[in-house]
Amino acid sequence: MLEIKNLTYRVDDEGDTTKEIIDGLDLTVEDGKFIVITGPNGGGKSTLAKLIMGVNQLTSGQIILDGVDISDRNITERAKMGISFAFQAPVHFKGIRVIDLLRLAAGENISVATACEYLSKVGLCAKDYVEREVNSSLSGGELKRIEIATVLARGTKLSIFDEPEAGIDLWSFQNLIKVFENMRKTIKGTIIVISHQERILNIADEIVVIENGKVKTQGPKDVILPKLLGTDSAASIACERLGGEE
Amino acid sequence: MALDAIQKNILHEVADLDSIPQGAYNIRANGTSAGRNTTANIDIVSKEDKPGIDIIVKPGTKGESVHIPVVLSESGLKDMVYNDFYIGEDADVTIVAGCGIHNCGDQDSQHDGIHTFHVGKNARIKYVEKHYGEGDGKGARILNPVTNVYQEEGSYVEMEMVQIKGVDSTVRTNLAELKEGATLLIHEALMTHGSQTATSDYRVVLEGEGSSADVVSRSVAKDDSEQIFEVAIEGNTACNGHAACDAIIMGNAHVVAIPKLDAKNVDAALIHEAAIGKIAGDQLIKLMSLGLTEEEAEEQIVAGFLR
Repeated sequence: MLEIKNLTYRVDDEGDTTKEIIDGLDLTVEDGKFIVITGPNGGGKSTLAKLIMGVNQLTSGQIILDGVDISDRNITERAKMGISFAFQAPVHFKGIRVIDLLRLAAGENISVATACEYLSKVGLCAKDYVEREVNSSLSGGELKRIEIATVLARGTKLSIFDEPEAGIDLWSFQNLIKVFENMRKTIKGTIIVISHQERILNIADEIVVIENGKVKTQGPKDVILPKLLGTDSAASIACERLGGEE
Repeated sequence: MALDAIQKNILHEVADLDSIPQGAYNIRANGTSAGRNTTANIDIVSKEDKPGIDIIVKPGTKGESVHIPVVLSESGLKDMVYNDFYIGEDADVTIVAGCGIHNCGDQDSQHDGIHTFHVGKNARIKYVEKHYGEGDGKGARILNPVTNVYQEEGSYVEMEMVQIKGVDSTVRTNLAELKEGATLLIHEALMTHGSQTATSDYRVVLEGEGSSADVVSRSVAKDDSEQIFEVAIEGNTACNGHAACDAIIMGNAHVVAIPKLDAKNVDAALIHEAAIGKIAGDQLIKLMSLGLTEEEAEEQIVAGFLR
């Protein structure tokens, strides 16, 4: 179980003032759930995800994973404790091949066949990709899917995906939805997806709406989604669809 | 061939050789020949006026290889050697050179290899040169290779220069002249650490129409080491030239990149790229999120970069 208690993340604003990006946020995520976190841009969703992974250091509060306070743990320690993270903007590596990255993710020298299975799960024709470098010769959609494959290869108890739909074209997006629908069925651990997409919201067990650095609402998809579709948030979802990523 | 364990290990490092190689070879250990083999198509002849060998590849020779590794395991040895390659027309061969120094003593050990290639019409060669140093003596391990490449019409030369570990001081000087339709590809991978210094100086002259050259250097400078990479491409006709220097700088290292393009013809298309920077923070974060420590992440990034 992931428990977040009174979490605050403060940054220096313009001038001498500070601003709470995350402002006393409380959230509990039960094991094995598929959670989609949504809400308006600038509300703190991605920041929350990075705070859970340890990419950003919290200002105050607690993050507790299975009863262990991980607030002071670094990224490596959190990764080893069972948290995985798919970044919104995947990183390029000169010289590191897709197979190398998947092996690092799996933590062992997995076979090409096993690597290909992970790639197939994200809809990449594996043979064409295992030997390729994870560099700018790959398209945004390809990098995104490889990023997701690294999380699948880790197979940890908590997997976080930060806006998987950001930066990919509509065609890739159709396939991406299938990837998540499939993951929904096969993955054993807890999944947290930051997303604005109705089709991703639609496969959630629970939806969490974050606004102004706080949890505005949290509940079962069947309860929350209809409300979202009839509110300002739905309008903002529609606008974002037209306007692109956060 | 009688090589001791140290020499065998060096041979493994510089030429991936664990036993006597197939095909033609000449192994030089501590300034003298430790073994040689020639084939029907590849002859190796000792020079009479100076140290070194002539390697003569008959026209039309296909798919053969020549290994010419050099091993220095005596401290204080200064070795200078002239190796001339004559590659016949239409030949297609692989040449594996390389030098390893094991220096346990307090005196400097040095090997300067001067390699000259005469590459015949439409011939193709792949040249692999690895440098390696080891041993915990105070004496420096010094390598100053010189490579001159003269390419005839339609020839193709691919050179891979690798120096990853243990060489204290290197000055690499390369000159290439290309005739019509000739192609040259150079890939250099270099890592320096401690207080090592490495200078690479490449000069490529594109003389013939349609000739092309691609000089790519990937390097990592750690600790207090220093690297200077200088590349000059001269285009005297309709030709294509590209040079790229990509360096990762770490610790208190110092990296200098000096690209120079010199076009003397309106159809000479010359490009250079140079980039020096530290390892990107988001690369470290990504690998740490896979469970690697910061040090392990750095190692992976560097190893990939130098591949």
